[in-house]
Amino acid sequence: MQFMLLFSRQGKLRLQKWYVPLSDKEKKKITRELVQTVLARKPKMCSFLEWRDLKIVYKRYASLYFCCAIEDQDNELITLEIIHRYVELLDKYFGSVCELDIIFNFEKAYFILDEFLLGGEVQETSKKNVLKAIEQADLLQEPWMHSVLRE
Amino acid sequence: MGTQCTGTGSWPNCSTSTCWATPPTLDSDLSQGIQPVQGLALCTLSTMGSAEMCRDLAPEVEKLLLQPSPYVRKKAILTAVHMIRKVPELSSVFLPPCVHLLHERHHGILLGTITLITELCERSPAALRHFRKVVPQLVQILRTLVTTGYSTEHSISGVSDPFLQVQILRLLRILGRNHEESSETMNDLLAQVATNTDTSRNAGNAVLFETVLTIMDIRSAAGLRVLAVNILGRFLLNSDRNIRYVALTSLLRLVQSDHSAVQRHRPTVVDCLQETDASLSRRALELSLALVNSSNVRAMMQELQAFLESCPPDLRADCASGILLAAERFAPTKRWHIDTILHVLTTAGTHVRDDAVANLTQLIGGAQELHAYSVRRLYNALAEDISQQPLVQVAAWCIGEYGDLLLEGNCEEIEPLQVDEEEVLALLEKVLQSHMSLPATRGYALTALMKLSTRLQGDNNRIRQVVSIYKSCLDVELQQRAVEYDTLFRKYDHMRAAILEKMPLVERDGAQADEEAKESKAAAQLSEAVPAPTEPQASQLLDLLDLLDGASGDAQHPPPLDPSPGGALVYLLDLPCAPPPPAPIPDLKVFEREGVQLNLSFIRPPENPALLLITATATNSSEGDVTDFICQAAVPKSLQLQMQAPSGNTVPARGGLPITQLFRILNPNKAPVRLKLRLTYNHFHQSVQEIFEVNNLPVESWQ
Repeated sequence: MQFMLLFSRQGKLRLQKWYVPLSDKEKKKITRELVQTVLARKPKMCSFLEWRDLKIVYKRYASLYFCCAIEDQDNELITLEIIHRYVELLDKYFGSVCELDIIFNFEKAYFILDEFLLGGEVQETSKKNVLKAIEQADLLQEPWMHSVLRE
Repeated sequence: MGTQCTGTGSWPNCSTSTCWATPPTLDSDLSQGIQPVQGLALCTLSTMGSAEMCRDLAPEVEKLLLQPSPYVRKKAILTAVHMIRKVPELSSVFLPPCVHLLHERHHGILLGTITLITELCERSPAALRHFRKVVPQLVQILRTLVTTGYSTEHSISGVSDPFLQVQILRLLRILGRNHEESSETMNDLLAQVATNTDTSRNAGNAVLFETVLTIMDIRSAAGLRVLAVNILGRFLLNSDRNIRYVALTSLLRLVQSDHSAVQRHRPTVVDCLQETDASLSRRALELSLALVNSSNVRAMMQELQAFLESCPPDLRADCASGILLAAERFAPTKRWHIDTILHVLTTAGTHVRDDAVANLTQLIGGAQELHAYSVRRLYNALAEDISQQPLVQVAAWCIGEYGDLLLEGNCEEIEPLQVDEEEVLALLEKVLQSHMSLPATRGYALTALMKLSTRLQGDNNRIRQVVSIYKSCLDVELQQRAVEYDTLFRKYDHMRAAILEKMPLVERDGAQADEEAKESKAAAQLSEAVPAPTEPQASQLLDLLDLLDGASGDAQHPPPLDPSPGGALVYLLDLPCAPPPPAPIPDLKVFEREGVQLNLSFIRPPENPALLLITATATNSSEGDVTDFICQAAVPKSLQLQMQAPSGNTVPARGGLPITQLFRILNPNKAPVRLKLRLTYNHFHQSVQEIFEVNNLPVESWQ
């Protein structure tokens, strides 16, 4: 995977993870163009589109678009599964995740992503293991949150 | 220390691949044994590690590969993947541990290892050969996954760890490519996965899709390939449009290599033309066009033409040209071909390519038995709608050429049509006057009217009247024609019939070919300065009557249009002598060496002032043959150059047959034309290379 973007229906960027080195200017340009392209898609269209020399896989969950850029030889269908798995992880962690959770706890969203993907590749396929790792990290950073999470 | 790493690890705005945590810090983070910290350090490194950092920290990462904790190991492996991408030489560091790591049972580690091996194999053929020996092991891992499964924590909708399956299948694809033995080893397993994977949800279909891709890429048995294509065919029927999309894309890639297998799914593909999603219908269109062959052409064309009528506008042009191409290749009969083109012109006339008009006139011209049929159908089409320019142009041309057949009344192929002369003339006049008609179209119509003056029985007053009116038309081209035709009526009426005789068959792509008309002997003097075949008769008349302009002395003589500096001036009044038409632009000798000469001659076609045609002629007056002659040319950026293939690459000695090569230069801004030429050839057993500029082209070639 080259990068993953999360943005709202109004085009506000909520999360961006880049797995290729690009300048800030390039990132902004790509983000702007891609967000426009994806938002222009009609609801009944398929989740894949070709953009520049990449394949874009996107899916809308409630008010958020999850958008991944993969390379020509990557499997689009499994990328959809990757997106879905990430959403499930967020959901499990935040409990019925919504856009606000991601806005106010974006560093956690990145943490979770970094436990699931590394360098653009899947590192852990067990939901349990990923969530356990996040828990451990939480314990390490903010011990007093432990009691809150236990609820 | 931990917080510092937290900062870099999760900070999303790092703009380049350089990390602002200093390597020494990362180094100690990696080695000090606290797992979360190590994890974060590895994460940082794999996301933002520069080539330098990767080189420095590779040994640390290598150590972590062998650590007991799976949490750190899986991250170390993927960090290694990143490092190899940044610094390919590090492959040698990370290759040895791989075989050992494959024995792991932890899914994360296994997945990472397979990703690492894939990366190594993609970068180095030696690594590829090395890892072929693990194919049996990979097959075993996948088989275990598929049959017994590991645990529910890794399954998605009943499919065991689809991420791992897909990654293994991808590695197998790379290892099995072009390698019989490996392909054979994985054959059974692939068949097993292809048949047993649960396809009710996306996860299963993702695995199935990867399996299909692998099967098609390795040296698989024929039966397996057919199975793979059939899976894709099944995907086409899936209600999930994402699945249909990947199926169409894959089938498109396979249609050349496995044509007959894909043909079996033709009906399903054609159904996909009705997709509402444009990216799907576009793929379906491409695939459908690729599946047309001589046995299914009639049925397919029907479907495609129906699609053309209702398809979204951005697909129209592709569909139209696709249909025309397919019709050209597979037309069962000429009449069917004409009908098909006619249908395309009426449905999507504005979207066809420019040469469609030329092709159709060429086709009709060559099908003598169908002249009556064609002109009748075109007349009907024109009577209904005069807005589609290509159609109008062809129809006008046809009516002009075969007007007599139109009026005859019977033709077996369609119902008898009673058309009278007045109706035909009225229709052409309508085309002339319509604001929808392009200037070129009006030119066709006017010429057609003129031709009818010899084809129709009645007197020509109406035609003469129209021609007269157009003598003062604002469009200079039209005006010129009108004046010439009018003069033909008034002063050269005895030649009119001969000049306006039926056209002989025009040569395809013979823009430079001589077009010998059956016209009078004077016309036989026409030079090679003939434009595109779409207006052969018009331009010949132009050239023929050029001089009549001056001789007419008409009060409404138009101001001299810049007609054809390269056009032939035929001295009609000089009959029966046959003076060769003088080339208005002088030739230019640009190169000479030891008897080998290169000459350029220039032609400016009259109806396209931006176009310059240069014919380069290489001659050889020496005693030795010239072989392997190649001429290359370059022009300044403001010009466009197109070179056609040379007539050959050998010029025999002592004045043997020269080589000619045509250059087409587009010069819309009338910039001075300069050429840089590079010649390479063998002469007297030596290879010669000459590069030189030509700056002294005659002014008439570009002004």
